[in-house]
Amino acid sequence: MNGLFIFLQGISVWLMSIVGWVFDFITLHGFADWFRSPGVVFFLTNFLAALVVFIVGFLISITFIWEERKILGRLMDRRGTQVGVLGLFQNFADGLKAFIKEIIIPDEVDKWIYDAAPVILIGISCLLIGLIPLSPDFALANLNGGLLLIFAIFSIAPFAILIGGWASNNKYTIMGGMRAAAQLISYEVPLLLSLVGVVILAGSFNLMDIVQAQQQAGVWFIIPQFLGCLVFMVAAIAEVERIPFDLPEAEAELVEGWQTEYGGMRFGLIMLSEYVRGYAASMVAVILFLGGWDGPSFIWPEIWFIIKVFILFAVWIWVRGALMRVTTKQILGIGWKRLMPLALINLGIAIAIKMAGWL
Amino acid sequence: MSEMWLNMGPQHPMTHGLWNLRVKIDGETITEAEPVVGYLHRGWEKLTETRTFPQIIPMADRLCYGASLSWSHCYCLTAEKLLDVEVPERAKYIRTIVLEAQRIGSHLMWLAALGTDLGSYTVFLYPMRERELFLDLMQDLCGARLTYNYPRIGGVRNDVPANFERDFTRVLNHFEKKIPDYEALCDESTVFHMRMDDVGKLTAEQAINLGVTGPNLRGSGVDYDIRRDDPYDAYSQIDFNVCVQKSCDAYARYRVRMDELYESVNIIRQAIKDMPKGPVRVKPPRNAVKGKSDWAHTEDPRGEAFMYIIGNGDDHPYRLKVRSPIFVTVSAAAWMLKGYKVADVPAIMGSVDMCLGETDR
Repeated sequence: MNGLFIFLQGISVWLMSIVGWVFDFITLHGFADWFRSPGVVFFLTNFLAALVVFIVGFLISITFIWEERKILGRLMDRRGTQVGVLGLFQNFADGLKAFIKEIIIPDEVDKWIYDAAPVILIGISCLLIGLIPLSPDFALANLNGGLLLIFAIFSIAPFAILIGGWASNNKYTIMGGMRAAAQLISYEVPLLLSLVGVVILAGSFNLMDIVQAQQQAGVWFIIPQFLGCLVFMVAAIAEVERIPFDLPEAEAELVEGWQTEYGGMRFGLIMLSEYVRGYAASMVAVILFLGGWDGPSFIWPEIWFIIKVFILFAVWIWVRGALMRVTTKQILGIGWKRLMPLALINLGIAIAIKMAGWL
Repeated sequence: MSEMWLNMGPQHPMTHGLWNLRVKIDGETITEAEPVVGYLHRGWEKLTETRTFPQIIPMADRLCYGASLSWSHCYCLTAEKLLDVEVPERAKYIRTIVLEAQRIGSHLMWLAALGTDLGSYTVFLYPMRERELFLDLMQDLCGARLTYNYPRIGGVRNDVPANFERDFTRVLNHFEKKIPDYEALCDESTVFHMRMDDVGKLTAEQAINLGVTGPNLRGSGVDYDIRRDDPYDAYSQIDFNVCVQKSCDAYARYRVRMDELYESVNIIRQAIKDMPKGPVRVKPPRNAVKGKSDWAHTEDPRGEAFMYIIGNGDDHPYRLKVRSPIFVTVSAAAWMLKGYKVADVPAIMGSVDMCLGETDR
C-alpha cells in the first residue's frame, strides 16, 4: 500500500459510506452493507488509482507534444503553436478534429488486423504507463521484474506496426512494416545490453530498488554509466521511432510509411501512442540514469521526476531538430557496429565497478 | 518479396510538383526506374503563337515558380536577338543583379526542399527565412514576389528604386553570414553525409550523353557554365568562379549549389559596384521578319535554358520552342537511381532540383 492507494482508499471509504448512508435512509440495509464491504472499497480504490495514473500519464504525454512543438519551433526560428494559453490547447483541438473526422477504411484491408494495430499500440502504451512509478507513493505496481516486463512490452510495438502495415494492403505500408521489423533487430540488443550495467550496479530489476540504489550510493548512474546512458538514449530514439530513426514512417519516400492507410481517430491514437511511448522511454531513462525522483525535498519527488523527464525529452527534441533521417542499412550499421561495442564496454565498466566494490 | 513496380507520384511527398517516378524494386533495392512527366502540360508553346511578343513575357514567368525571372529573361534575350534590339548597358547590369538574386532564391528553395526530403524540417525553414529577404528585395524592385514580369524586350521595366544599393548590400551582408548556418546543419552532420555521399552516381560521360546541364553537370565534374562560356548581359565584365565538384554523387550536386550561393553574392556585389548610369530600356520594333529565326540560351538555376523563336512577319511568333533543363535532366533518373535503395530516392531526386512547370510546359 503506497501513498496513492492509501489516499484513494480514504476517498473510496468516504464515498461508499455516503452511498451506504443513502441506502440506509431508504431502508435497503443489505445494499448498504454490501457497498461498505471491503471488497467493493478495494475494487473502487484500484479503479480510481488506475484512472488517476492514466489521466496523469496521458496529460503529460499531451504536454510532451506541446513541448515538442514549442521547442522545435524555437529551434527552427519560429514560435510554435499559439492556440490558447501558450499554445497548450492546440493538442486538444487536434484531438477533437481527429475525433470528428469521417472514418474511412479502404476496401482491400484485412479489417480485423487493420483495426487491431492501433488498439495494440494504445494498449501497450497504457500498460507502460501503469508499470512505471512516478515515485514510491505514486505507483500502480511494484514488480520485481519490472524493467524486464517494460522492455518486453516495448518490443510489441514493432509487431503491431508490421501487422498493421501488412493488413493495410498497400505497397508503402508493407515496406514501412518490414522496416519496423528490420529496425527492431538493430537496436534491441544494444538497448538491453546498456540496461544490464545499471541492473548490475543496482542489483535489481525493480525500478524502485534501482532508484533507491542511486539514492544510497549518492551518485546517479549517469556518472559511472555514461556510455550506457549514451547508448540507451540513441537506442531509445529508435525504440520510439523518432527522427533520425523513424524509418517505418519515412514520409519522404514512403508517404506516411505504415500509417498511410490510417485516418481520423485511428491516426490520432497512433500519434498519441507514439508520444506515450516516448514519455515511457524517457521515464525509464530518468529512473535508470538520472536518479528517478531523487532530488532535494523542498518539492515533491513526483515533480522532480516530471521535471527531469521533460528535460530529457527536450534532448530528443533537440536531436530531432538537428538531424536527418538515416536509411535502413545505416541503422543496422549504427546498431551493430557502433552501439553494440559501446554497450559491451559499458557492461565491462559496470562489472569492474561492482567487483571493486565502489558502488 | 519478388520484384514489384512502385509508383512514387504523381501525388507523393518526394515529388516536388506533379510527376511520377516509377521504380521497380526488389525488396528495397531499385532495379529499374522510369520517370513519367507530363501531368502539368499546359500547351505553353502553342499558346505563345496567339500572343504578341510583349504579351509572352508574363507567360514566361509562369514556366517555373522557383526561378520565374530567369525564364522571362531568357525569352527577352531571344526576342531581342530576333528583333535586333541592343540593350542599354545599365539594363544589362540590373538584369545580372536580379538574375543572381533569383538564382539565390531558387537555390534556397531547393535546399529547403532537400531538407524535407531528408527528414529535417529545420533545413526547410532556415533557407526559406532568408529567401524571404530576397523576395522582399524583388518586391521593392518590381512589386511582385514570385512572378516578376520585370525584364522587357530591350531592357527592364523600370529603373532600380532609391536605396537599392543599400538594401541589397545589407541583405547580402546578412545572407553571407547565414550560409555557414546551412553548412553547419548539413555538411557538418554525419547523418547528412551518410545520406548524400556515394548515392546517385552520374559520371561525366553519362551526364554529357544524357544532356544534363547546370549544377547537376558541374556536380559530375564537367567545367561548363554558359555565364562564362557564352556570356550574355554583363557576365563578361564580371569576375567569378565556376563551381565544379568531381565526386559525381548527390553530395557533389549539393556542394555545387552551395558554392554557387557564395558566387552569386560575389557577382551581385561586383555588378552593383560597376553599374553604369544611363537608360534602362529602349523601344523594340513591333514586328519580326517573316521566316527569320533566332535562339538564346542562359544559365538557369537548374541548367541550360534555351529558347528558339521563328518570326511570322507580324507581332506574333510563328513558333516558340523551349528547351527545359529539368526535362532533359530527369531522363538521367534511371541511371542515377539504379542499384540504390528506396530510401535513397529522396536524396538523389532532391539533389537534382526538380521543377515541373518548365518540364511539362
